[in-house]
Amino acid sequence: MSAHELFSFRNPHFKAGVGITVALFILTALVGFIVLPFAQPWIEFSSVWEAICSAAGVPQRAATTAPASTHRLSNVVLTSSTLTRPSQESIGRGATLAQRCAICHGPTGISRADSPNLAGQYAAVIYKQLLDFRSGARTNAVMSPFAVNLTDQEIADISAYYAYLPRLPAYHPTPQLPKPNIVIYGAPIRGIAPCGSCHGSLDNKTGSPWLEGQSEVYLKAQLIAFATGERRNDISQQMRNIARAMTPQEIDAAAAYYASQPPDIVKAVD
Amino acid sequence: MLVNRKLILAHFWLAFAAFGVALALGAWQMFIRSPLGVWLANPELYYRSLTAHGTVMGYVFPTLVAMGFGYAISESALQQRLVGARWAWTGFWMIVVGAVMAMIPVALGRASVLYTFYPPLIGNVFYYIGVVLVVVGSWIWVALMSINLRVWKKANPGAPVPLAMFANVAGSYLWAWTAVGAALELLLQIIPVSVGLKATIDAGLARVFFSWTLHAIVYFWLMPTYIAYYTIVPRAIGGRIYSDTMARISFILFLVVAMPIGMHHTFADPQVGAGFKFIHSAFTALVALPTLLTVFTICASVEIAARLRGGRGLFGWITALPWDNPMLLALAFSFVMLGFGGAGGLINMSYQLDASIHNTQWITGHFHLIFGGAIVIMYFAIAYDLWPHLTGRALADLGMVRTQLWLWFIGMMVTTFPWHWVGILGMPRRMAYFDFGDPAIAPQALSVTFSAIGGFILLTSGILFLVILARGMRSPVTDAGDYQFSLAVHQPATMPIALNSHALWVALMIGLTITNYGYPIMTLALTEGTSVPAVYVGAQ
Repeated sequence: MSAHELFSFRNPHFKAGVGITVALFILTALVGFIVLPFAQPWIEFSSVWEAICSAAGVPQRAATTAPASTHRLSNVVLTSSTLTRPSQESIGRGATLAQRCAICHGPTGISRADSPNLAGQYAAVIYKQLLDFRSGARTNAVMSPFAVNLTDQEIADISAYYAYLPRLPAYHPTPQLPKPNIVIYGAPIRGIAPCGSCHGSLDNKTGSPWLEGQSEVYLKAQLIAFATGERRNDISQQMRNIARAMTPQEIDAAAAYYASQPPDIVKAVD
Repeated sequence: MLVNRKLILAHFWLAFAAFGVALALGAWQMFIRSPLGVWLANPELYYRSLTAHGTVMGYVFPTLVAMGFGYAISESALQQRLVGARWAWTGFWMIVVGAVMAMIPVALGRASVLYTFYPPLIGNVFYYIGVVLVVVGSWIWVALMSINLRVWKKANPGAPVPLAMFANVAGSYLWAWTAVGAALELLLQIIPVSVGLKATIDAGLARVFFSWTLHAIVYFWLMPTYIAYYTIVPRAIGGRIYSDTMARISFILFLVVAMPIGMHHTFADPQVGAGFKFIHSAFTALVALPTLLTVFTICASVEIAARLRGGRGLFGWITALPWDNPMLLALAFSFVMLGFGGAGGLINMSYQLDASIHNTQWITGHFHLIFGGAIVIMYFAIAYDLWPHLTGRALADLGMVRTQLWLWFIGMMVTTFPWHWVGILGMPRRMAYFDFGDPAIAPQALSVTFSAIGGFILLTSGILFLVILARGMRSPVTDAGDYQFSLAVHQPATMPIALNSHALWVALMIGLTITNYGYPIMTLALTEGTSVPAVYVGAQ
């Protein structure tokens, strides 16, 4: 017998094989695309064709009007390659622009005023926060007016400059504390990932700052702001969900731990 | 007629050595996530280990066993020297290079993406290239199996293809086609992002591509086991295959319906339409059919052996079986685990029932019971059966073999039953540690502890297995004779072309893939704005 005879309706195996397969497909398709959609009383279809499209997963156009929100949301998109290769010119322009930041963030990027230390911070982190301050997704009485008139290029330049600076010790270093549970284990039953799994120590995730040597007061204030919903520029509420579930003791422990660490232990993968 | 023994032995040894390493990692994972271990200060180590365990157990180990066993079948069932032995060695070395290349970034923590890849998580490119090399190496085997069968057919026009080879080639075609899904995902989506050509990836499309591979790959793992059921066990216990035709139909059904069913893995995914989920669910139910046919045929074949040994009565024949024969022992254990695992599988494939156990430890329990249990225990049996023919030396200590099989069976039951249970209670999978001190999950601590103990029983059994094989390389030289496969009660003299060739069934397999996957893949590929930024492992 040749292949010609195999694929022929005279061959009973061909007839049975193809027949049963096609019949099964049609039967399951009828049930899946017509019977079951209509069996759902909570959905109303205007026609059979609409039911079929729905079951097939034909993409529907999303509502064009965004849900009303009283607050601005962050619309910054970061990838792990955002601003990773700045030019020397960009860093130079950033150095000039950064002079206006020095009053709070220090002339070397180390703050004496419980503002964040920016020296050696990841460029993507500064970039996102400046964009959020400019758009109003994050607000601060002191910071917002500085950000509001910056151009995209200026924001990229400032970010590149601070990322370029060496990571210096904090201005008021405290003795190094041991790692608390919240930093290395999180609290699995409350859905809290370890701080270190995004903010260094264990791993870094794009857009998450390293925190070693930052001001304890600042870290604690931010965690409380996330927990109360006062600060809301974290994408998909990542930090708000974590901060809300943290106990006050855990917030204290995490802030004190990170403030006591020298920045040269930041897990440098870059 | 086994000529290329070194080739076959090389495949088996590499398979079992890799298996040993991955098994130890698995036992460690069970320990540290149980209440017996201290929480890992760096959970990343857990995911690193999990990636290595899954990659070896999913891609390297079963593929090498199927390949080695396939070469042995080709030579001994067709009574024909392997055509293309040099190519076979090329395939083998590609797998060696691929496995090493993939494992280096995993060990360095640059590819903790699990063996299911999980885009938008993106690891080091060498991990993916290593996996691709393993798959391409195995495609050489697929081509060689097809070529060898063709050569034999030319020399024996019209003769029925020996059952073992018919099934072996069916398994190779199933693998060739099912691997295409993951290959498309890797080549078109993941590798371009991994080397930095793109920074975004359509994770939904990637998951659909992977589901193309993810379920049918289980049936590829299953093939050597089913071939052993049909063509080794009846011969080893002095029986005959109840029906050669039934066996062929089972393998054909696997070829046709094992493939277009993977979307039951994406029941919880929003990017796939409910209608397609239903079709896949219905076809998954169908795939139980060849398994039920097999269980029936093999029980009947075993009964023939028992009656030939003087067994009487409706059930009395069971006592007449040679229970000290490792093959029978392995078969019985395999069937018990297949029964429980299969019952669990019917729950996973049901849309509504799946909702309660989706992504819980139930799933981990299910696939360890089916793959680690029912399938791998027959891999042990295949190795024990083939070893004297490959080494020319007898495996002297059958008592040790029986102990090893018992330990594996007990270990797998102790490991997987508590897993199923905590899964029903809602324990998620892929977690590095659990806070068993919390009253919400404290009652699960005992089950998880049992499960971890089961892991160590399995590790003991695995070490024993390697010891038995290693000792078998040094026992006195004997002549094991020709390697034989089981005969059927009615050995076929002629065979209709449809049951003697694969073309029709491969065509149906591809046809069903197009009907069941074509539209979802096409829509996802053509819809704009469905990609998300990649998350690079270990990058800032």
